[in-house]
Amino acid sequence: MKYLSIAAGLFAATSAVADTPVLTIYTYDSFVSDWGPGPAVEKAFEETCGCDLKFVGAGDGAALLARVKLEGARTEADIVLGLDTNLTAAARETGLFADHSVTAEYAFPMGWNDAQFVPFDWGVFAFVKNADLDAPTNFRDLGASDLKIVIQDPRSSTPGLGLLMWVKTAYGDEAPAIWEGLADNIVTVTKGWSESYGMFIEGEADMVLSYTTSPAYHLIAEEDASKDAVKFDEGHYMQIEVAGKLANTDQPELADQFLAFMVSDAFQSIIPTTNWMYPAVTPAEGLPKGFETLVVPDKGLLVASDKVQDIREEALAEWLSALTQ
Amino acid sequence: MLTLEGISIVQGDFRLSADFSVEDSTRVAVIGPSGAGKSTLLSLIAGFLEPVAGRVLWNDEDITATAPGARPAAMLFQDNNLFPHLSAAQNVGLGLRPDLRLSGEDTRRVEEALARVGLAGYGARKPSALSGGQQSRVALARVLVQDRPLVLLDEPFSALGPALKAEMLDLLAELLDETGATLLMVSHDPEDARRVAQRTILVADGAALAPQDTAPLLDNPPPALKAYLG
Amino acid sequence: MAERADAVTCWPGRIAAALVAVLVLGTLLAVALRAEAGRGLGPAEWSAIRFTLLQATLSALISAGLAIPVARALARRRFFGRRLLITLLGAPFILPVIVAVMGLIAVFGRSGLVNVVLRWLGWPEVSVYGLHGVVLAHVFFNLPLATRLILQGWQDIPAERFRLAAQLGFGPRDVFRTLERPMLARVLPGAAAVIFAICLSSFAVALTLGGGPKATTVELAIYQAFRFDFDLGRAALLACVQIVLVGMAAVLALRLSGRDSFGAGMDRALRRWDAETRALRIVDTLWIALAALFLVLPIALVLLDGLPGLAQLPLSVWRAAGVSLIVALGSTALMLCLALPICLAAASGRGRLEAVGLLGIAASPLVIGTGLFIVIYPIADPFRLAFPVTAVVNAVMALPFALRIMVPPVRDVVQGYGRLSATLNLRGVPWVRIVLLPRIRGSLGFACGLTAAMSMGDLGVIALFADPETATLPLQMYRLMGAYRIEAAAGAAVLLLALSFGLFWLFDKGGRGHADA
Repeated sequence: MKYLSIAAGLFAATSAVADTPVLTIYTYDSFVSDWGPGPAVEKAFEETCGCDLKFVGAGDGAALLARVKLEGARTEADIVLGLDTNLTAAARETGLFADHSVTAEYAFPMGWNDAQFVPFDWGVFAFVKNADLDAPTNFRDLGASDLKIVIQDPRSSTPGLGLLMWVKTAYGDEAPAIWEGLADNIVTVTKGWSESYGMFIEGEADMVLSYTTSPAYHLIAEEDASKDAVKFDEGHYMQIEVAGKLANTDQPELADQFLAFMVSDAFQSIIPTTNWMYPAVTPAEGLPKGFETLVVPDKGLLVASDKVQDIREEALAEWLSALTQ
Repeated sequence: MLTLEGISIVQGDFRLSADFSVEDSTRVAVIGPSGAGKSTLLSLIAGFLEPVAGRVLWNDEDITATAPGARPAAMLFQDNNLFPHLSAAQNVGLGLRPDLRLSGEDTRRVEEALARVGLAGYGARKPSALSGGQQSRVALARVLVQDRPLVLLDEPFSALGPALKAEMLDLLAELLDETGATLLMVSHDPEDARRVAQRTILVADGAALAPQDTAPLLDNPPPALKAYLG
Repeated sequence: MAERADAVTCWPGRIAAALVAVLVLGTLLAVALRAEAGRGLGPAEWSAIRFTLLQATLSALISAGLAIPVARALARRRFFGRRLLITLLGAPFILPVIVAVMGLIAVFGRSGLVNVVLRWLGWPEVSVYGLHGVVLAHVFFNLPLATRLILQGWQDIPAERFRLAAQLGFGPRDVFRTLERPMLARVLPGAAAVIFAICLSSFAVALTLGGGPKATTVELAIYQAFRFDFDLGRAALLACVQIVLVGMAAVLALRLSGRDSFGAGMDRALRRWDAETRALRIVDTLWIALAALFLVLPIALVLLDGLPGLAQLPLSVWRAAGVSLIVALGSTALMLCLALPICLAAASGRGRLEAVGLLGIAASPLVIGTGLFIVIYPIADPFRLAFPVTAVVNAVMALPFALRIMVPPVRDVVQGYGRLSATLNLRGVPWVRIVLLPRIRGSLGFACGLTAAMSMGDLGVIALFADPETATLPLQMYRLMGAYRIEAAAGAAVLLLALSFGLFWLFDKGGRGHADA
């Protein structure tokens, strides 16, 4: 009857006196869900910190940033966890984030050099399909094929924006032509990843825009090897998810302690089978069994965070005009 | 005593003036051509209309601005005199306590009133389980418990057959004899007036005339009434 | 000449309407004030406005058009299970959007039933994605509403007229010309305008079934302005456009449809002497069967698909279901607090207050949620208020429908019993308790059922305010999908469907029980 106590809490005084310090972390909704990393992370950190770790969920990465912007310097958040490199420049511009002092051996190929934000996981965008399907291995051939794909809208979805950047970094000025080629392959564009993935599972499309790590879920959680990802010749766009400490936090030491904890084994070993992404720092015992079967791109593509703003406007305009013809 | 003092009612093109008094414990019929303003006159006295000029007085007290429920009047309308979802006893009880929180004494009075109109034992019935005549009796029982010195009837029995209507008017006359209340009763049937009303108000040509004795008026009607009676 | 207001006072209605206006327009203002200089409306936004108008117009015309034969068939045929069928036909309207889309795709999608059959016949497949898909989904949602509105029109034609027509030897065409066409002319524009207003704020359905950015609606443009560009000014501007469009449609609907309601009294089938030919019997049967198939099949497939997932539902989903139930009941109570005073004021001739109540159709959940956040944040912790805020917003969203249902019967009570109540000095709270509520019980139950079901299924603003412990069932369903648990999510959809229906049925039935006189 937990909800009853929550309901009661709504009417109780808000100033419950707590002896233990509280560390408040804003993150995206799927991180805090019962099936995400949130519950395990909370338990692991609270074992060592002598504090109360409180996660607060707010939509997805973009909604998270909007949230922090709306709250401004008065925000109760001590840490924001779940922005990605497409958002860090805009987040930095707010001036709300403090520098960190975390160093680690990051597992992703391009290294890391950011004063405010610390990576906690990364993923690689890819089209996921049924393993028995022979799929084209680049956007040009995909456009020429009659395979059906379902993707997400870059205006409302993080992977959708990832695909936009993927095509743009891989093809530059030719991106509009690529999108025109893909137009007749796209079954539909959904608001978010969940709708797309659900439609793919129901058989509405041959492939869905997702992550190279998606098949790992089916393999490990469902013992189902029927899904895999396609390796594209032009390389794959990457997503690095990060966390940052708010400059106005009332728990600066605790926040630093969490950021350090975040790149430790205790946190990183939770990520692969809850967030279904690659841990930012490979844990000592390695990746879970099954991850070795995943597609590894020959080339990782990523736009530097300070260039993102300019590129995505242009890329969105091209995407819109190609798909609305 | 009910007094209409220099009353003038205007509703668009419609006008009605009235300037007269009605003695206590009198039974008065209101007759006249349809559209002349019989119901309007009752609405004014009941408090649903405000006159543009003049005053309504009850025993020399000005009640022109008094709310309908606070006036010394009980009223029955052409229809919808009972709430269909309430029992007969509840409908009567509303006349005592609008919030229906009836005391033991109130309940006893309701039963008495129902018995007085010939409906002893019918208290639990809903109006839909009563005949038209019985429904009228329930409404009369409520008028009885309301115990107001002024009773206004806007043709509540017009849907009943002639025999049943006569029965209701007789019952009404009996009850009024017991309570001594004043009656103002709209009717389009001169026989109703003869049956119960000592006096009659003629409403015609934009004016409600002072009450006159019923029999002479009907026997010797002025031109406006003659045209109506045919 | 002043007609004295009888048992009814109007100031509570004014206050309720003002609260609704403050919630919808005030939150919009809050967003606008918080905005920094943005780029205003560009060609992309104008094209979104054009598409929104186009799809809403088509959806309204087709829904209303198809509803005519269905309503006519239901009006002149009596058969076993007719009452149940009419209740069931109302189902899509209270269905959570995502569940409905899943169901539609299961029928009309690339691997859906229709294409399976076409493939089996060796015929070319059809694609559901595109403008026609958007319209199809909107017809699915709104055909029941249109049918109920038009059916009400048929039932409002007094049985004596049909008797007279039969006596005069009228055939179906004569009946249509003299009785039905005038009724349709009165009822259809209002029905179409209401549906037009509802379809204006469509977003997820339009995008998913529209097949891509061609199907960008105003609500999606608001979404983009808010989260892609963080251009609050443009978001507020677009929300204004949406409110103006819906407001125009709502006022038009109110004016055109006058006193018609889609409320109680559906169980009366008229005896129709002119329609007792075999051909018309077959035509009517076909229309009823087609409508039932179209509306019920997608829902049945959602149920079928989700049943295995029910067993996998973790405890947290059941807990969320409990939360959703409480929020839905809270919404319903709040809706009544707003709707009853507005109904009373509207019944005493202040019809403009009802138009204010219709603002709920126009409101963008994203803008209301964000605006509330901006307003609440300086004074309280929005997370602690997640449930009350969700309940309030859901109540306001359901208010327009509740008003359409409740205003006519309230008006009947005020007109029928206002004077009697006044002479009995029966007023205020006792009047509401003793006279009003029992008299409008049927409509009250229907409105409460609709509100509870809509609140149950709405993802609403909770997504903006949620923390791990405060999940509603729709949010938990999304979380399951987001965590690859597609099968469990389908199970949660079944639970959601069952609870929405259950609430609707209970309230509706409660309203009809012991109906006398």
